[in-house]
Amino acid sequence: MKKALEQLGQYFLLMKVVFTKPDKSKLFWKQFFVDAEKLVLNSIPIVAVISLAIGAVIVIQTATNLENPIISKMYVGYMARESLVLEFCSTMIALILAGKVGSNISSEIGSMRISEQIDAMEIMGVNSANYLILPKIASATIFNPLLMLMSFFLGLLGGALIIAFTGIITMHQYTEGLQFAFQFYYIVYSMVKMAVFSFIITSVASYYGYYATGGSLGVGSSSTKAIVVSSVSILIANLAITQIMLN
Amino acid sequence: MIKVTDLNKHFGEQQVLHNINITYNPGECSLIIGASGSGKTVLLKSLVGLHKIDSGEIWYNNIQFNALSFKDKKEIRKEIGMLFQGSALFDFATVEENIKFPMDFFTNWSNKEKLNRVNFCLERVDLKNVNNLLPSELSGGMQKRVGIARAIALNPKYLFCDEPNSGLDPQTSILIDQLISEITKEYNITTIINTHDMNSVMEIGDHIGFIHKGHLLWEGNMDNVLKSGCKELDNFVFASGMARKLKSTIQ
Repeated sequence: MKKALEQLGQYFLLMKVVFTKPDKSKLFWKQFFVDAEKLVLNSIPIVAVISLAIGAVIVIQTATNLENPIISKMYVGYMARESLVLEFCSTMIALILAGKVGSNISSEIGSMRISEQIDAMEIMGVNSANYLILPKIASATIFNPLLMLMSFFLGLLGGALIIAFTGIITMHQYTEGLQFAFQFYYIVYSMVKMAVFSFIITSVASYYGYYATGGSLGVGSSSTKAIVVSSVSILIANLAITQIMLN
Repeated sequence: MIKVTDLNKHFGEQQVLHNINITYNPGECSLIIGASGSGKTVLLKSLVGLHKIDSGEIWYNNIQFNALSFKDKKEIRKEIGMLFQGSALFDFATVEENIKFPMDFFTNWSNKEKLNRVNFCLERVDLKNVNNLLPSELSGGMQKRVGIARAIALNPKYLFCDEPNSGLDPQTSILIDQLISEITKEYNITTIINTHDMNSVMEIGDHIGFIHKGHLLWEGNMDNVLKSGCKELDNFVFASGMARKLKSTIQ
């Protein structure tokens, strides 16, 4: 417990150093776009594949379970949309990104720590935490909500494709359900969640990488800790945000 | 000039450095020698501020470095170059970008001026046509040279080298030593080298400090290191089989 509190304190102290004005804004923006490509653009393929597949699966499962003739098949589209926007496209995608992006960040920064590259920056007088971590947090927090939107549309497309291939319900029923009782606020809610989750993933992974010790084994262990802690933090944050925004 | 007075450093219960008092002068290659685990690297890292010392003072000319805030230390750090044991070149950057890195942060030079400086530094360390290579594409010796080029990119007043010869063959080691020595004298830099390589001691040791179990036991230079009269230093100097044979032959 004491160790956990010490780590929490160390995390906030690191964030205090990270959130300072960059030494050179030109270098910050350069790194911002490099990280946006690495953390967000490179995540598009995995997010796209999973979203298409999950959208299709939700449609099949919902349609199979809606056997009651009183309930309109239109609800398949409605339930697919609500499942995707409320939970899947933010929380599930964030958990996947915690694995992919989190391990990438913590192992990258961790190996820089172990090979003294961070010490080299510090000796030059460069605020290494600010230079290495701030662009990662900023780019993921700003662009990942767009990734969530993309995931949402691809999930719906996955549902549409499975309907086109199997004819499990009609396309008209599906599109009617998609438009039924649509609340734009849910999109905002999901984007806010994704922004918070992205902050958690990048900052927690950076923290574990930045304080990695013990050679290559230490880098591996920091990477594992980063994924576990950020995944649990995402679930706790999910509860808190849902309570605040939907209750 | 760098002056250290009454420096002490603990890690937990263990005291790693005991009352270190030493002065390093410009234009000299000052060597910190000692066995592995003697506290050399801790001393070097304390001098550059990577380790916070428990007590004592570290003076860079007339500025007490260890009393400065993080922000004020930055001004001194712009005058420091450091060569790390593993070179510590940035994996994500080419040789040119590595050397440019401190210039990008601390100068307003144009790209052409930076490139000229990069090429000058590379020429100074006898490297050509390596601008666009990544550190992983270089040999160990070349990485050390690029490390030196990056360290001198902003004309430092102080140069710190942590075991510059580790992992290098004897010939390349001598070349790296000579290069550091030449640069030190040419630009009147205060150079502090942490090593346990006796070839370096005999080649470039203008000033030598021997550390044993965290204590500074002996100070001198390459001319009197072999007749120091310090038992622990003798054990260190004549540790290798070749050195012992030479000693017995001479005796």
